[in-house]
Parts: sequence; C-alpha cells; structure tokens
Amino acid sequence: MYKAFGIINPAGRHIWVEGLQSYRPIGAISFMGRYRVIDFPISNMSNSGIDRIQIYIRRKPRSLTDHLGTGRQYNINSKRGRLEVLFTENGAEHDIYNTDIASYSENMECIERMHHPYVVIAPSYMVYSADYSELLQDHIDSGADITLLYHPVDNAKEAFLNCNTLDLNRQKGVLAVERNRGTAKSRNIFMDTYIMKKELFVELIHKAKSMSSMYTLADIVNYECNELDIRGAAHHGYFGSITDFNSYYDANISLIDLKNSTSLFNDDWPIYTKTNDSCPTQYFDTSSVKTSVVSNGCLIEGTVENSILGRGCHIKKGAVVKNSIILAEAVIGEDVHVENQVVDKRAKLLRVKEIVASKEKPGYIKRDDIL
Amino acid sequence: MKQNSMLAMILAGGRGSRLHDLTNKMAKPAVAYGGKYRIIDFPLSNCANSGIDVVGVLTQYESILLNSYVAAGRRWGLDAKDSGVFVLPPREKADANLNVYRGTADAISQNVDFVDSYSPEYVLILSGDHIYKMNYAKMLAEHKACNADATIAVIEVPMREASRFGIMNADEAGRILDFEEKPEHPKSNLASMGIYIFNWKLLRKMLVADMKNPDSSHDFGKDIIPELLNDGKNLHAYKFKGYWKDVGTIDSLWEANMDLLAADNELNLNDSTWKIYTEDVTTLPHYVGPDADIKRAFITQGCTINGEVKNSVLFTGTKVAAGAKVVDSVLMPGAVVEEGAVIHRALIAGGIRIGKQAVVGSADSEHIELVAKRVKGVE
Repeated sequence: MYKAFGIINPAGRHIWVEGLQSYRPIGAISFMGRYRVIDFPISNMSNSGIDRIQIYIRRKPRSLTDHLGTGRQYNINSKRGRLEVLFTENGAEHDIYNTDIASYSENMECIERMHHPYVVIAPSYMVYSADYSELLQDHIDSGADITLLYHPVDNAKEAFLNCNTLDLNRQKGVLAVERNRGTAKSRNIFMDTYIMKKELFVELIHKAKSMSSMYTLADIVNYECNELDIRGAAHHGYFGSITDFNSYYDANISLIDLKNSTSLFNDDWPIYTKTNDSCPTQYFDTSSVKTSVVSNGCLIEGTVENSILGRGCHIKKGAVVKNSIILAEAVIGEDVHVENQVVDKRAKLLRVKEIVASKEKPGYIKRDDIL
Repeated sequence: MKQNSMLAMILAGGRGSRLHDLTNKMAKPAVAYGGKYRIIDFPLSNCANSGIDVVGVLTQYESILLNSYVAAGRRWGLDAKDSGVFVLPPREKADANLNVYRGTADAISQNVDFVDSYSPEYVLILSGDHIYKMNYAKMLAEHKACNADATIAVIEVPMREASRFGIMNADEAGRILDFEEKPEHPKSNLASMGIYIFNWKLLRKMLVADMKNPDSSHDFGKDIIPELLNDGKNLHAYKFKGYWKDVGTIDSLWEANMDLLAADNELNLNDSTWKIYTEDVTTLPHYVGPDADIKRAFITQGCTINGEVKNSVLFTGTKVAAGAKVVDSVLMPGAVVEEGAVIHRALIAGGIRIGKQAVVGSADSEHIELVAKRVKGVE
C-alpha cells in the first residue's frame, strides 16, 4: 500500500501495566507465549501492505529494540520497506512533557521525509487484527478528514478504564474523544488508531504544540471535533487492550479459548514475531496439561491448567500451574502450587510452595526473582 | 567476519530410497525430523555454530525443495559478508557436457572451481542426512595438531553392528592403518561417520586424478580414502562421542524421533549453546484442549491436541482430535488425526489425514507403518 506509511504509538502516561511495565514498554511485553504485544500492530501493517513503519518509544527502549532488530521477521520488503525506531531524547527527564506530540515534533524531519499522502497510526499496546488497506480505502471514499477505529463493548464499567471512548452521532460522526470514566456499560472504546492525510497530521502536531505542551494526539483530535469531519469505523473480531495489569492478564487468559483465538489468529493474516530457535516442548511421564497454550522449549513434568507457558519454561514434578501466565524461561519448582499469577521472565519459584491469588486480583512475580 | 580457513561441502544429493514415499518428491536431507527440523538443519547448524562461513550444498535427486530451502542461508545465520550457503546442483560447463554427480567424490570434483574461488586451506566434507551435533572446529584443531593429510571422524559402534559400516583400524595415536567398507569380520568398532577434513591442495590433486581414472567409482569411501592410504598419507581418526544417527529406513527414522523422548536424551535439542536452526514458521504456540492427555511427547508450535498422545513426536501444525489416540508414533507436519482414530507404531507423512475412528498400525508390529496416503474413516 504505497499510499500510507505507518506509525506505532507508545502508551501515554495514563496507562500503566503494573509490574511488567517497570522493565519494558507495553509493546515489548510477552503475549500468548511466543509473541510481544507490538507484533500485532506491526503484522497488521505488514499484512496490509504498509512497508514504511515508524515505531515511537517513550521509555525503556532496550527490550523493544532488541525484539524488533532489523524488522526482517515482519515480512516487509527489506529494500523498499523499513522499520524506523524513534526515541524521544528529551522525554526521559520530564515525563509529563513526554507526549506523543512531543516525540512526533522532535522527529518531525522523519515524518516530513515520508512521501506517502496518508498515515495510519496504531497503538503498540492493543491487540487486534485489522486490514488497514480496507480502512484506508473506506476513509478515502468517505471524504472524512480523520477516521478513528473503535470497538463497541458492553463492559466499559469494569474494563477499559484507561482507554478513551468515542462519542458518536448517528452518522458515526465523532462528537468527542474522552476518557472512559466507567460510568456506563456500553461504550465505543477508541482503539487509538487514526487514519488521515499526512498533511493534516503535521498540521495537528503543530497546533497541539502551540496549544499545550501536555496535549496528546487524542486531545487535539478531540479539540478539532467541531471543525473537522472526524468519523468512527467499527472494528469486529477480537479486541484486547493492554492498558493495565488486569487487562493484560484477562486478554491472555481469554485467548486460551479457541473461539477467541480463532477470531484473532487467521492463517491468511499471520502474526509475525522474532524466532528464538527453541526446540519443541518435551512432556514427561508425570505431565498433565489441559486447556493451555504452550510455547516451544518447555520441559513439563507437572500439571498445567488454563494457562499460557512462554518459551523455555520448566514445570517440575508435582508443580501445579493454574490460570496463570508464565513468561519465558521461568522455573516452577517441585510441588510448587501457582494459581492466578503472572510470572515474569526467568523467575524461579522454588522454596515457597503456595503462590496463590484470587482470580479477580491476579498476582505478579517479578522478573529474575527467586521465591 | 573474515572468511574462515575451512570451507564445508555438504553432500545432499541422495534419495534415501528406503524411506519409500517420504522421499518421492524430496531428497533425504530435506526429510522432516524432531518436530520442527529437516535433517540437513543439523550439518548446517553445526557449520554455523562451528564458525564455518561458507557452505556448499551438493544437491541432485529431487532438488527443488532442498535448493530453495538451503539457499536462505540466514536461517542458520550464514548470510554475513564473505559468508553464505551455496546450492550446487550438477551444471553444464563450457568444456564438458552436463553430467550428473557419479559419486560423492565426483560431486566435489565437478565443483573444484567453486572451492578454488575461496582458496581455503581445508575442506570439510559432510553428509546432509545425518543427525548429530558436532563442533567441527575441534576436529580441525586435532587435524592440525596431528599434522594429518586427512582426518576422518569415527564413532564407536557395537561390535556386532560393525559390519554395517565403513570400519577404520587405527593405532593408539589415532593414525589410520587401514579401512574396510562393510567388513565381514571387522577388526575394530570405529565406524566412519562420513565426515572428512582434507588439506585442499592434496584433495584437489586426488580428485583431478580420480576424474581421469576409468576404474574409479568416484566415491570417498571406496576410492579416495584407500588411495590416500596406499600413498602412505597421514590419515587421522577423530573420535566423536555423542549422538549420531544415519536414518536410512522408516524404522530408524522413527527410532531417531523416539530417542528425543528420553529425559536425558543425548542429542539434547534444548541446549541453548548449540541450537539447531531451521525455518521460522508463523503459527501460534501449540494448544492443548480440555480433554487432552499427553505423556512422554515432543510437541512443537502450531499443533492442536484434544486427544490422547503417548510416547510420540508431533511436528508443526498437526492436529489430534478429541477421542483420538496416538501412541508410539510420529506425526509429520500438518498431519491430522480425526475423532476417535487410533494410531500405534506408525509414521504419518506430512499433511496426511487419518479419518474418524480409523485404526492405523498395531501395538505389537515388528516394523513401523508408514502412512503416506489419506486413511478414510467412518463418515
């Protein structure tokens, strides 16, 4: 799709995934065992034919740049296409000024260099499949200035609390972009995905900057609702928003269910990720695994139920893992009982035998920790 | 990285006809193994891990798949400058007609110009159809230390099986005294692994002479090695310890897969210091359903398991439906076992569907059943 370039946005200040995000940006957090959250937006762009992609990083670039590498795994043409990783130098010290607008502005020359007339902006912290080439065509056909992607939900009182919502009129015109305050069940959750002309995008960046140093792209788009023709486009299929700890846990657990995972994963719409060259997973005589998603390189001697195992985990004899997300290379020791937990990378649960939380308030075990 | 002093040539032209239908449309080195690999991933990964930068792969039999597979050298990290995997099928030359490779030595002879273009000091000759992990850098170090003209990797095999192999008789220092191909009364149990290091200048001279010899079968084991011994050259036996398997038959291919199920299996594919690299596939991790029962199994990404899997190896994207039972078996990429089907001691070829309630193989069969055609079930 020569018409548009892509931008992948980091999560703003209002979003925080407790525990996990201390170590890396949300885009770099492990998802469904072998993926990282950012693999979804990049694969969507790649599958839609977008081969120039800018990835903005707000903080802690190490694990994300390591994962992205040259971007070769995302199946974009290695000569014509390109992944650019852009980091806001000035943001690190003054977090409140570290907005998406600030980083666009700091990297304005990279945006202006793009010869594509349109831009597709997608978040690095939301999981969904969408064909941007179709959306772009609809956007062009509609004559709108900006198209915003949204997902109608009926659990906005208890979920999506860090997300924005779209207030729509009957013609799907956007009246306002505002924070979900959890006051109503049915809401149109804004998927932080924008399609517009590059020219307008640059204009909005300048305007936002002149209005407030703390303005975000969502803020300026909201401000422009009366002036511009801004329309909502409904998304169908699986939608997971990784915008706090519970939503991370819930999104993973919900995708164990084949019904949900088949609405996200599709043979014609591959999700690319970096290979780790792990060997297949080995099950032993004492293993018992049910309703789980298991990555390669694991050694399973214990019991695993309704859980997701990352690459290279070791579930030892007598260990029981239930309703949990175990990240890569974690070790669950003999007779250790883990329930409703997110166990971060390389943690070793050896001596404490009961690590159980409630389903409503799942627990978190730190990266590299030994318990 | 600057080019290494040793270049590797992998002989990958063989059909492996005792693998029957598995090798109808692909050469034996391309046969799937161990859940996610192809056999040739082993020598290629060994080369990459041993620091060898340039690898020639000599293909001949049904080579389309193999040619494109190995040409993507980046899978094994062999794509830096001065590095690469080069596919070398027989070719027509200005001064000769198109010739098939008449033997293992002839395959190298016909590519002397390729080797010369890198002017290596040493050439490593490998088979593309053996499963093992080996550090060729160590072998080269010993080759140099012994000041050998050629070094042959050998492995101790049980004495009663020795007559199936090429047997090296060596003195205590490892100098090879004589070599017998499949001897009736073997004098030692040191079997040649078909892995050779030659000083290129010497080998080049030998190959040029061998090409002109009308009585030669142009084979390393039958012609080149005996000739070197005749000439009194210093041939050294490099003793290899570890897992090594030449999978010639369906039974032995099955067995090599079953070897992976042992808790402390010698091949240990989980060793992060010596990974075996292969094609990257874009599937989900494997899914284990609510009714699954998995014991002693080796299972890779993309599989969906709802039935019973015991003592089996499941390759990429295989499916075992609810109520199905897979025991002592190997399911190759994309094989599907439908509801209630029962499989014992079988090797199901890639993409093959075993229908509902079908029964395949038997628990007490002497040989492993190869299933390469769809088995209809109860409709």
